[in-house]
Amino acid sequence: MVRDVAFGQYFPGKSLIHRLDPRAKILMFIAYIVIIFCTFNFAALGVTVAFTALYLILSRISPKFYFKSLKIIIFIVIFTSLLNLFYGTGDPLWQWGIFKITLNGISRAVFVSVRIICLILASSCLTFTTSPNELTDAIERLMKPLKVIHFPVHEIAMMMSLALRFVPTLLEETDKIMQAQKARGADMESGNLFKRVKALVPILIPLFVSAFRRAYDVATAMECRCYRGGAGRTRMKQIHLSKRDVVAFITLALVIGGVIVCNIFVTSVL
Amino acid sequence: MSCVLELKNLGFVYGKGTPFEKRAVDDVSLTIEKGEFIGVIGHTGSGKSTLMQMLNGLIRPTEGQVILEGKDIWEEPKKIRSVRFKVGMVFQYPEYQLFEETVYKDIAFGAQNMGKEGEELDKAVTQAARFTDLKPELLQKSPFDLSGGEKRRAAIAGVIAMDPEVLVLDEPTAGLDPMGREVLLSQMVRYHKERQNTVLLVSHTMEDIARVADRIIVMNKGRLAMFENTKEVFRRSDELEQYGLKVPQITKIMQDLRQKGFDVPEGVLTVDEAFSVLVPLLKKEGKLW
Amino acid sequence: MSFVSIRDVRFSYAQEGEQPVVNAVDGVSLDIEKGEFIAVIGHNGCGKSTLAKHLNAMLLPDSGSVVIDGDDTSVEENTYTIREKVGLVLQNPDNQLVASIVEEDVAFGPENLGVEPSEIRRRVDEALKAVDMYEYREHAPHKLSGGQKQRVAIAGILAIQPQCIVLDEPTAMLDPSGRQEVISTLLKLNREQKMTVVLITHYMDEAVLADRVVVMDSGKILIQGTPDEVFSQVELLKKHRLDVPQSAELAFRLTGCGLSLKSIPLTQADCVAMLEEAMR
Repeated sequence: MVRDVAFGQYFPGKSLIHRLDPRAKILMFIAYIVIIFCTFNFAALGVTVAFTALYLILSRISPKFYFKSLKIIIFIVIFTSLLNLFYGTGDPLWQWGIFKITLNGISRAVFVSVRIICLILASSCLTFTTSPNELTDAIERLMKPLKVIHFPVHEIAMMMSLALRFVPTLLEETDKIMQAQKARGADMESGNLFKRVKALVPILIPLFVSAFRRAYDVATAMECRCYRGGAGRTRMKQIHLSKRDVVAFITLALVIGGVIVCNIFVTSVL
Repeated sequence: MSCVLELKNLGFVYGKGTPFEKRAVDDVSLTIEKGEFIGVIGHTGSGKSTLMQMLNGLIRPTEGQVILEGKDIWEEPKKIRSVRFKVGMVFQYPEYQLFEETVYKDIAFGAQNMGKEGEELDKAVTQAARFTDLKPELLQKSPFDLSGGEKRRAAIAGVIAMDPEVLVLDEPTAGLDPMGREVLLSQMVRYHKERQNTVLLVSHTMEDIARVADRIIVMNKGRLAMFENTKEVFRRSDELEQYGLKVPQITKIMQDLRQKGFDVPEGVLTVDEAFSVLVPLLKKEGKLW
Repeated sequence: MSFVSIRDVRFSYAQEGEQPVVNAVDGVSLDIEKGEFIAVIGHNGCGKSTLAKHLNAMLLPDSGSVVIDGDDTSVEENTYTIREKVGLVLQNPDNQLVASIVEEDVAFGPENLGVEPSEIRRRVDEALKAVDMYEYREHAPHKLSGGQKQRVAIAGILAIQPQCIVLDEPTAMLDPSGRQEVISTLLKLNREQKMTVVLITHYMDEAVLADRVVVMDSGKILIQGTPDEVFSQVELLKKHRLDVPQSAELAFRLTGCGLSLKSIPLTQADCVAMLEEAMR
């Protein structure tokens, strides 16, 4: 079922990674994306893989959940690595018709899949260890400078956190509506494309109606709890940079340095 | 009487083979006769909802069989849709499934999926609307313009229009006010009487169950704890309390009187019944005219 | 002056310029004292929810006045002081929880008020303990039961530290054990913390627990008084198709046949005692 997906979930905990400043985590995640696409040889890739592994271990979240998050993208990994496998240049090691496998193809396939896997693992690590509220709070603070150009920073952060809160509720609701329509003989599994799209109407209309009704209710509840926009709000969970975050930044800096050194001095197999 | 529904060692495990495996229904066997009005009670999480969803094939049992009119409903999985027309299922808060432009079209949705059309369809819709007291002029309105109680009844009519042999109602009165509850309940009783089919009513309101059910299914921790006639079930109030269930206040009052040595019968279910029991007793004492 | 003073309030949902067809609230006057536990009962559409929304300035009366602790709700500057004093809990527990973690949700109110972070922490812990949900503080709301969700919603209001809590059919969507959890939480708050509670409900067994019961019909107050006084009016309640406890109904019908009673029994024990006495 859709509800069992681990990706994007938060697991409360007290690990080192949990306690990092969410702003630091977001900035590091952005830097990490850049690094992962700037690894040009296996040595550099190895450094980033080691760095990723270190973080996953420090997060103290069961590997089971990381595997679960990989399960969803396994097809993307296989597809892109196959694509790369057959599009390599150089002398073929094996050939059948237009399909040929080269050493270059193999290494490209490995590179692509390792990159994707690392990316998913790192983003899982971020969402597993950071509560949605912390995340949106951090994004709100990081984007604060944009307020100068009248960018609705608080509103967007609030929207994000409400969306995250109501995703599971709406999934559950979709499930219920589907069951109810199936009980009235709605057929969602057969027929041509047009028929199938039409079969979605009895699901989507009640879902929209209910989402609007909920939105109205939520707005009322928020007003009852004295909500009046971002001005003058405080937060229970204060976030501030601590020594931990500095250490984390330094580690990241070292990894960046390592990747650069590897890229330059280790001769590439590519 | 003939048996309409038979459950044989029925069981269901959620997420079988995963770390989140959870048993919801365990070895339930029972038979329901045609024309019975059955009450279904059980604490939240007792497995009663899962059990109900197995009756019309929305959930496929992991063990055992559901036998409808002598045939295992999963004998031909491709034909499971036809089972859903025979066992009509009204979910909790059914008004949230309304979607058509008019009430009429919404009520017709299920019957249309069965292949009914023309006059036959029209008859099914108008009859279902009559059972739920929806006035003809409401039928051309948008379902979203109806009042809360009317929406609920329109949604129930949508299932009744399929003319099912067995009608399952999952807490049809949840969230309604006392008057709405009363009206809906008497409509269901009238429907059952006129149609002579089988009705299963899932409810937390014991007073309602006591009034309408012939027999009661009591579920506890996924198992069938009791399946007896209504008087017998409410007579065993201590056992029900162990399952986190209550008996109607009036039943309890009469039971207490009996324990104190008064000559009152067991399993009194309604105020009417208690009244007719007490009047002669009080007359004997010279307390009444 | 009473803590809440409602004077001849009229309200209709008609749009501006339209002539109101019916008033949802039609001339209601009611005083609520500090520390009282009041139950408001009546049919859907009798105006009880509309009245509830007047108590925290979510709605403003078309005519008449609502004064909370000396502040008139129709004065705009009072809106937020009033919402700090009177918290409103709604029917659907799902739609009141706005954060993905229980404790962060409870913190939402005080955060809006700009309370100091350490003070918010203290209030959140206290509120969660008051509703007995402290162990669930790090859980996701959507994984809780209905009764638990509704208790978190109550904690979310408690963290604002109101003097009065108004609940609009908080048990309508709950199962019996969830209802029980919510009602005993409310009784505890009322008895131990002297919280003023206004409970709007369909369930008579909840209403009999209140100090005072107000029955509404067609936007007006039909009767009010102690549960004993109100539920002894079996005939009137039945005429308006409202429920009465089965014990009261039985006793009422027996009095119709000549049985003389001091008062109408509302609970099982009272009813048994009454019948025992009559038959001895």
